[in-house]
Amino acid sequence: MNDITRRDVLQRVTALLGGAALVGGESLAAFTFHEAARAAAMSQGIGAFTAADVALLDEIAETILPQTSTPGARAAKTGAFMALMVTDVYADRAQAVFRDGLKQVDDECRRANGVAFMSATPAQRLAVVQALDREQKSVMDARQEPPPTRAPFTPAPPTDEPAHYFRMMKELALLGFFTSEIGMTQALRYIEAPGRYDPCAPHLPGDRAWAGHA
Amino acid sequence: MRQSETFDAIVVGSGISGGWAAKELTERGLRVLLLERGRNVEHQKDYKNARKGPWEYPYRAGRTRAMVEAYPVLRRDYPLNEKNLDWWVNEQESPYTEIKRFDWYRGYHLGGRSLTWGRQSYRLSDLDFEANDREGVAVDWPVRYADIAPWYDHVEQHAGVSGSIERLPQLPDGQFQPAMPLNCAEEAIATRIAARFERRRMIPGRVANLTQPLPGRGRCQYRNACALGCPSGSYFSTQASTLPFAAATGRLTLRTNAIATEVIYDRDRKRAGGVRVMDAITHATTEYRARVVFLCASTLNSTWLLMRSATDVWPDGLGSSSGELGHNLMDHHFRCGASGISDEPKDKTVYGRRPNGFYIPRFRNLFGDKRAYLRGFGYQGSANRQGWQRMVAELGVGGAFKDAAATPGPWSVGGTGFGEMLPNHANRAFLDRTKTDKWGMPVLAIDCATGENERLMRIDMMNDMAEMLEAAGVRSVRVTDSGYSPGMGIHEMGTARMGRDPKTSVLNGHNQVWDCPNVFVTDGSFMTSSACHNPSLGYMAFTARASAFAVEELKRGNL
Repeated sequence: MNDITRRDVLQRVTALLGGAALVGGESLAAFTFHEAARAAAMSQGIGAFTAADVALLDEIAETILPQTSTPGARAAKTGAFMALMVTDVYADRAQAVFRDGLKQVDDECRRANGVAFMSATPAQRLAVVQALDREQKSVMDARQEPPPTRAPFTPAPPTDEPAHYFRMMKELALLGFFTSEIGMTQALRYIEAPGRYDPCAPHLPGDRAWAGHA
Repeated sequence: MRQSETFDAIVVGSGISGGWAAKELTERGLRVLLLERGRNVEHQKDYKNARKGPWEYPYRAGRTRAMVEAYPVLRRDYPLNEKNLDWWVNEQESPYTEIKRFDWYRGYHLGGRSLTWGRQSYRLSDLDFEANDREGVAVDWPVRYADIAPWYDHVEQHAGVSGSIERLPQLPDGQFQPAMPLNCAEEAIATRIAARFERRRMIPGRVANLTQPLPGRGRCQYRNACALGCPSGSYFSTQASTLPFAAATGRLTLRTNAIATEVIYDRDRKRAGGVRVMDAITHATTEYRARVVFLCASTLNSTWLLMRSATDVWPDGLGSSSGELGHNLMDHHFRCGASGISDEPKDKTVYGRRPNGFYIPRFRNLFGDKRAYLRGFGYQGSANRQGWQRMVAELGVGGAFKDAAATPGPWSVGGTGFGEMLPNHANRAFLDRTKTDKWGMPVLAIDCATGENERLMRIDMMNDMAEMLEAAGVRSVRVTDSGYSPGMGIHEMGTARMGRDPKTSVLNGHNQVWDCPNVFVTDGSFMTSSACHNPSLGYMAFTARASAFAVEELKRGNL
């Protein structure tokens, strides 16, 4: 196998795990069945996430990645993607941290602004999310060992400790948006079959990135 | 038992080796039966995800807990994802026993892993073929570069390998299509490495993707979605490259869902008489007869079939008289190296998704260099402008953050070493009679581990890359070791090694089973040592060579 493919996939998978090891789960048959059922139930919610939860996730994602000159996370239905990923991919502990985090976002907003996140103004939402972003960054950075620069080194012991809930939200919002059709074709640039390879193409400041294949 | 049918040759397995055997034997006039244990995969028509938008995958090419549960082996590395799960084995149906952890990533369908392979294609040199003999390791290869070079030419021209001419003694040049060039960030790094290190070169990967069309196949469209099947047939696979030519002779019979359960040994003639086959769906058995049998079922699977073909003449399996059948299992150890950030060039990017990267050929323990371990390693890697993923760990939310995430970051550059694993008699596979698969066959047990040689080599694999990146002006250089277990390289080799002496090897220098000369094994099982290169090109070359030899021997009446 080609290392580029391997590394690309590993990088993506790591992003999907929410920093937690995966344990348990359903059978493959149940997986296929649930997929169909889930699509039908989309308007009612996803897994343990209600339609209101999905709407709240959409607004959190839109605050992280708002509409600018290109559409934002809400238009790309990022909330539904986040709920699906947490439900079907995240380990139990990470799911619990994420779901509890959803409540905490609302709590933080009420404390700061006296209203729930859904009722807050875009400016109030942004202030709440900025504060949570600073919090998650300091928590997650404190867990991070400086990377080794020479071998041999003692590897950090593996941990199944879930990431800070807002790191999960930010990661899922980025992943969901930038791998959506809107994200790939409007925020980024995507050509299904480029047809040629230019190893040294011009890049001007502000040029959008080329999206990769799945 | 159904009535038997008779062919000139039976080829077991339709992957890289089996496709080549079918092509070469039919083109040389033989009527060939090609057996594939899995289902049919029709070129282009059955590449169902090839044109799918990346956003159409519900988990965006990820893996769910349900998938993780269903695939206890596949989940150990990248193959478990929702893109091409159909092209990996159903682990419930086909279990095996791990005496020690061994990651066995199998593809049981027409074309096998030729559909999903990494396509990196390198020649071994006499530095590799002579190494065992020179160092007193295992047994000597019965082949030298001059024996196989014309066959490398032959398979490269037909398969289509793009690459650059470099005149490096440790990595012979070949019959290449124009290379997929290094990008400008890689080019700058390559220049600095060559200036600083006399024997180290960063070159374009040599890859079985077409940069010029071949009959029936278009050149690469730079989609970098090879493992989904290629709509333009631009990378080498059985379906794109060998099967159409075998079929065009009119002498090929293909049977899918056909599991070879046993090679039938005729003790009077001291030859194989044919192959017993079980229909994977109905479980009905049929005997097919042939004058010559090619085992191309993949390393471990061909050996497993030989072990199942035991008789009272050969109680440990056909080809077992040396005591080496099942032994000397190898892989390439990898998943360690170094990476960093290059800020230059700021005003350049790449257009198109190159399904390839750079290669740094082996430089350790060559040209007077002497390390505390034997053999060496090469690197695969690339430089790419960073994408939105870099923003996950950065502070920031909101419009400016989003727009920044939508523009490319600096170049991320890194390389992973692929290291040679020494042949070791203790690394082996054998029948586990306590467990059977879905078809009632006793499964294979695998007992394999790396040793001190590989452990020491991995330190260099990390530090040498870090040193080269730093010398090239790359910043934030870090070493990584993501851990390795045998099998992860998906380069499993050995278990029916070639040699010069029937007392210490399973195959002779023509891939012929010493104990039964009309049976040939031409997948990775024959490898006498692993070298450090991606091995598939060698399987093609040795298969073509053995096919030509078999046809000549048939004509001479020797089989």
